Order: sequence, then structure tokens, then C-alpha cells
Amino acid sequence: MYKYIIRRILVFIPMLFALTIIVFGLAQLAPGDALSGKSLADPNVDPEIYEQQREALGLNDPIYVQYWNWISSAAQGDFGNSLIFNGRSVMELIEARFANTLYLGLFSLAITIIVAIPIGIYSARKPYSMLDYGATGFGFLGLAIPNFFFGLIAIYVFSINLGWFPSQGTLSSPGVSGFDAFTDRIHHMVLPGITLGLAGTATYMRYMRSEVLDVLGSDYIRTAKAKGMSERNVLYKHTLRNALIPIITLMGFEIGVLLSGAVITEQVFQYPGLGTLFLSSVMNRDFPVVMAIALILGILILIGNLIADILYSIVDPRIRYD
Amino acid sequence: MTGNPLLEVTGLKTYFYLEDNLVARAVDGVDFTINEGETLAIVGESGSGKSITSLSIMQLVNRPGKIIEGTISLEDDDLLKKSSKQMTKIRGNEIAMIFQEPMTALNPVYTIGNQIIETIKKHKNLSKPAARERAIELLKLVGFPRAKEVMDEYPHQLSGGMRQRAMIAMAISCDPKLLIADEPSTALDVTIQAQVLDLLMEMKERLNMSILLITHDLGVVAEYADRVLVMYGGQIVEETEVESIFEDTKHPYTIGLLNSLPSLDKDVERLGAIKGSVPPAHSFPKGCRFADRCPHAMDQCRESNPELLSIAPNHKVRCYLYEQGGRSNGNRTRTTSKTKI
Repeated sequence: MYKYIIRRILVFIPMLFALTIIVFGLAQLAPGDALSGKSLADPNVDPEIYEQQREALGLNDPIYVQYWNWISSAAQGDFGNSLIFNGRSVMELIEARFANTLYLGLFSLAITIIVAIPIGIYSARKPYSMLDYGATGFGFLGLAIPNFFFGLIAIYVFSINLGWFPSQGTLSSPGVSGFDAFTDRIHHMVLPGITLGLAGTATYMRYMRSEVLDVLGSDYIRTAKAKGMSERNVLYKHTLRNALIPIITLMGFEIGVLLSGAVITEQVFQYPGLGTLFLSSVMNRDFPVVMAIALILGILILIGNLIADILYSIVDPRIRYD
Repeated sequence: MTGNPLLEVTGLKTYFYLEDNLVARAVDGVDFTINEGETLAIVGESGSGKSITSLSIMQLVNRPGKIIEGTISLEDDDLLKKSSKQMTKIRGNEIAMIFQEPMTALNPVYTIGNQIIETIKKHKNLSKPAARERAIELLKLVGFPRAKEVMDEYPHQLSGGMRQRAMIAMAISCDPKLLIADEPSTALDVTIQAQVLDLLMEMKERLNMSILLITHDLGVVAEYADRVLVMYGGQIVEETEVESIFEDTKHPYTIGLLNSLPSLDKDVERLGAIKGSVPPAHSFPKGCRFADRCPHAMDQCRESNPELLSIAPNHKVRCYLYEQGGRSNGNRTRTTSKTKI
């Protein structure tokens, strides 16, 4: 068990290294830098000055030197300064927004699990019932509607018409604190959280339904029934744990899906998270910020997979020993 | 050596309601009795209804299958009148069952110990340590020398034969009166098959159980059974003691089954085979269900289905050849009897 986890963590290291090369390489491949186009916008500045700036920022150094400079300071938590936001440090920019995105992602994941798994189980136990058909219909709808469109509808119906939830931001006013701030945050996260989790909820529901149906038809469930186990025991002890195994794998990927989905959803709800920062940085070719966010998202996805693998080995004894 | 009737099945019909209004008559009017301490074998091809008969006794037939008629009495107590909750007290306790596929019949995510203990705790009023003690004893009884370690192992760590042993330990954990073994050795290596069946018989003697042995292997029948039911098309076509099934075979289907067995004391070029295959359970012919494959089929056979007829004490057969005394059986019955494998 511990050996397995340690081995998984060791595999994590080369993957992290590959990740940094990809992130850096992609940023290099993108045409232009933060200073390109500026001379056209402001013809009064001597192009020579831009060249001096490039030299000062190290943009003219050979690629491997730039990579080394970047990676060695990144390892110490220093991603340099933003080229756009008046030279504020990248870490400072990200820190303020990272927590917001993390909360939103976790909130959305929680909604997904709380809604999708019970409905999936129910659908499997009573296939072709009204609720099963309803859930299937909702599932297709949820997968078919794009995030941003559902977000707009949600704002229109629940914020503008009904006024139940705020349509943007994370807090009503900066003054609130303590428990009020907590509930206020949750209140602000409801619409973006549901929007973000919609496709995931639909997917998990379908998966859960088919997994439970599959397991219910298996030989060991027949054995459990033949031993006289009650229906509850058969469902919660013998079925659920087996049905959850593929769901856990899916959840490893879900973290990546949530974070990339957040880029669009945060934009729709003007939610001050990493997604909005990422989008504006890409628009402004603010590469230090873009690279830092891409790297952090990549690491989160790797961590997500690591957690999924560890959970997997806890639930399924066959994984522990190869 | 056999005592009072333990389980009596009368007029059992289990039908499957398929799409397009088709009804598969998987078990279609089956009567039989299992006596205390007896091993009754049900033999038949795939699709003859033998497994569905056993699942019907346990009331574990899945949708779209349904028991529509009949009685299943365990010591004069009709199981079909019991609620599903009452049935959970019968299953695993009074009647236990083991299955064909030991590889998939145990839950892969729980230890062997966990799965045996939960059975004991369900039916016996034992504390957890006491149940654990009993589980270890059971594992020793079925031949695990390192029973204590096996308790904490998972099914995937055991071989097929060992898993079947663990299944047997689980099945006998609550001293059932009847053990249903649905092809318990079919999925195992030949060398392991005999070990597992011998173990079953040893447990039977020790615990004074009855066994309902579902199999398609006549060699197994010859070796282990006291009485045999031959099933075809959801019905019993011949029922008799194990000796007479080999020495005084009556039904043309049973004769066909025996002819398709290799024999040790006769060298033949080709093994016999029964032409054709079992008709699908949703479209049985009007007459005898075996008529289309039967070498002795008469006009009468295609008109109506014969009744199960008693032709001698403890020998019943469903065939027009034996009505009103029938013809003499010498020219049709098989004479070689040594078919043990």
C-alpha cells in the first residue's frame, strides 16, 4: 500500500518536469511578446527603447537560459513580475484569485457528487421509472448545453427575474466578515457552481447508473443475495463500493475539467478567479502570468490524478499489489 | 440412507416475459422431492431450465423472469408464500447455494473473512470475535491449512479451486439443510473438480445436509448422486435412481446424452451426438419437446406432449414409447454402464 503510494509520487516528479517544459515551450512558440505591437500603438516612443527593455527583461537571451532563469526562480515560488499590471509580482496576482477558483471548483464538485450519485443509484435500482427517464433527459440536456449559455440563462432567470442569487463577484460588500462572509460567498457561488458542475453532474449520473446496473447483475451480488443479505446490505455494502471504482478514476480527470471550465464560467459571472486572470493575461501576452497559471493548473491536475490513484487503491484491493 | 422429504417442488413454472410479447417457458411444470440426506442431481443441456429451477427455489430469478405457479415447500412450509424479508432468513441459513464461477462469485473488494463473517452474523446470534472463530474453523474444515491468513486475503489472491472452497465454507457456515450446487466444478481444472466434489460430499455427510447438484456432466452424476432428474425444454423427462439411469435408460434423450459420452471400455470411431439443439423456450413445439430430435418420434409425439409416467417404482419417464407398457425396452436401452470418468 505505502509502496504503491510512494511509487506513484516518484512518477509525479518526471511528469512535473515534462509539464514545465511544455508550458514554457508553448509560451515561447506563441508569436510576439508583451512589447510587440506597442510601437504601433504609440509611435512617439523610439523602437530602440523597446529593444533596451527586451534586453533588460532577458527576452533576448537564448531559450535555455530563459528556461533556466524561469524554472529556478519558479522553484522558489517566484514567477517574476507581471508585464501588464504595473509590474506587480505574479504570485501576488495569483494568490488573490487562486482561493476563489479553488472554492468554486470544490463547491461545484460537491454539488455534482451530492446530486449525481444518489440519482444515478436510484435510476439503476428503478430503471425505466419516471425518475430514471427524467434523469436521462436532464443528463442529455446538461451535456448538450454549453457552459456559457447555461450561465447566461441562469443569470437571466435567477438573478434578473427572480433576484434569488447575485449575478457576479464573490462578496456583496468588502465589509462583511466572519460567518456572514462565508454564507455570502456561498450565495455568490451557487450560480457559477451549478453552471460549472452541470456537465459533470450529467456525466456522473449516467456513469453511476450504468455502473450500478452492471454490478447489480454480477455474480457476487447473486452470491450476496443467496447468503440472505438484505437489500440494503446488498446495495450499500456489496454494490456501491464496486460501482464507485470507475467513478473515482473519472474524478481524477474532473479536476482538470473543472479548472478549464472555470475559465469560461468565471468570465460569464465576472467571478474574480484564476480563469478571468488567465484570459486577460493571454489577451495581453502577459507571459509570466500565463505560464504561472498554466503550470499551477497542470500541477493541480497531476495532484488530482494522484489523489484518484490513491483513493482507487484504497477502494480496490486488486490495485494494491501488482 | 435417505430420510423424510425435505424439499418438495410441485408444478413449478418460471416464465420469462421477453420483448415482443414472447414468453420463454424456462421452467414449465416441474415436480420433484429432495429427501433428507440425499443428493439429487439435475442433468440437462444448456437451456434445459436446470439452473432456473435452482434459482427459483432460492427466489433469485431476475426480471423479466417470474415464478408464476407452483409450490416450493421446505419441511411443509411454502417458501413462495413468504415475504422477501422472510426469504432473507431462509437463504444462506436453511438453503445455501454455490455457483459455477468461483472467479466472480466472491466480491472482489472484501476479504474472504469479511464475506464469511457477514453470513454468520446475519443468521447466527454470534459476536464478531465468535463469528471470526467460526469462520476460521470453517476454512480449516474445507481444507485451508493457513486458514487465519486466508481470512484477511482478497478473492483475487486465491486460485479458482481455493475460491470454490471458500464459497463452500461460506455456504455451510450456517448449517443449511439443503445445499444447491449449480455446476460447482464446471469452471475448474479437472484435477480440482474431483477435490471440490469430494469436499462437498464430505461436508454433506458431516452436516447431514441434502444436496441439489445441477450439472451437465453424467460422470459427476454417476459418482456423486443418489437420484437423477433429466431435464429437457423446461420439463423433467426422466427421473430415477442413479443406477437405473445408466443401466435401464428409458427416455430417448437420456439415451442420446449417454451415447455422447466417451467410454473407457469401448473404442469407438466417433462419439454419438444428438442431432439439432434445444428449441428456444419461447417457441416449444406443440407435442413432445424432444420430438424433432428424437430417432423414435411417432405421429402421436408431434400431436401432444406426453405426461411424466411412472413405469417402475422410482422410475418416471415422459415418453409415449412406454405408455401402456410400451414396447420391450431391450433394443433401445443402452447396455454399457461403466461411464465413470
